[in-house]
Amino acid sequence: MEASWSTPPPSPSSSSPPQSSPGAADPQLRRFVEVETQRQRAQQLVHHLTELCWEKCVDKPGPRLDRRAEVCLVNCVERFIDTSQFILNRLEQTHRARPLLSGSLAD
Amino acid sequence: MESGFGSDFGGSGGGKLDPGVIMEQVKVQIAVANAQELLQRMTDKCFRKCIGKPGGSLDNSEQKCIAMCMDRYMDAWNTVSRAYNSRLQRERANM
Repeated sequence: MEASWSTPPPSPSSSSPPQSSPGAADPQLRRFVEVETQRQRAQQLVHHLTELCWEKCVDKPGPRLDRRAEVCLVNCVERFIDTSQFILNRLEQTHRARPLLSGSLAD
Repeated sequence: MESGFGSDFGGSGGGKLDPGVIMEQVKVQIAVANAQELLQRMTDKCFRKCIGKPGGSLDNSEQKCIAMCMDRYMDAWNTVSRAYNSRLQRERANM
């Protein structure tokens, strides 16, 4: 199960379906789209994390970002990713014991 | 190709679409979108921090606060971006 925060490098053999338009068949363009899509996903996450961590770490905006706020921001990012991993791991564990998507939920 | 970004993809000469031109224009569009995103969130956060009860206009202290807030938000964004990228690198190194 892939973490939503991570953006693994695209595999050479893309799993995208064949396109009918000539531009999409161009391997250079396809590669470009893969790379840029990932980059955007990372950018979006940075935007989101900045919002979240700003709330937690910056009280009153001053003439500069003090050391405490800087440390808090870095910790915030790390702990967010830890949280994401924790959730995925635990979900996987409980999923093995009681499958989440089989049975009633999938009906 | 539909110009969903509202711009010409370098094919107006009638004929071949140059992938290089397309890629450059797409990158520009993406950069613009990111800047807009940043601005929107910054505005939201700084409005919350700096404007108490909205008056008839932005007074001097509010304006000063907003100016500082903008710079601090940029600092925060850069710090978060750096922290995220180094965590990403660390994770990939461990894979």
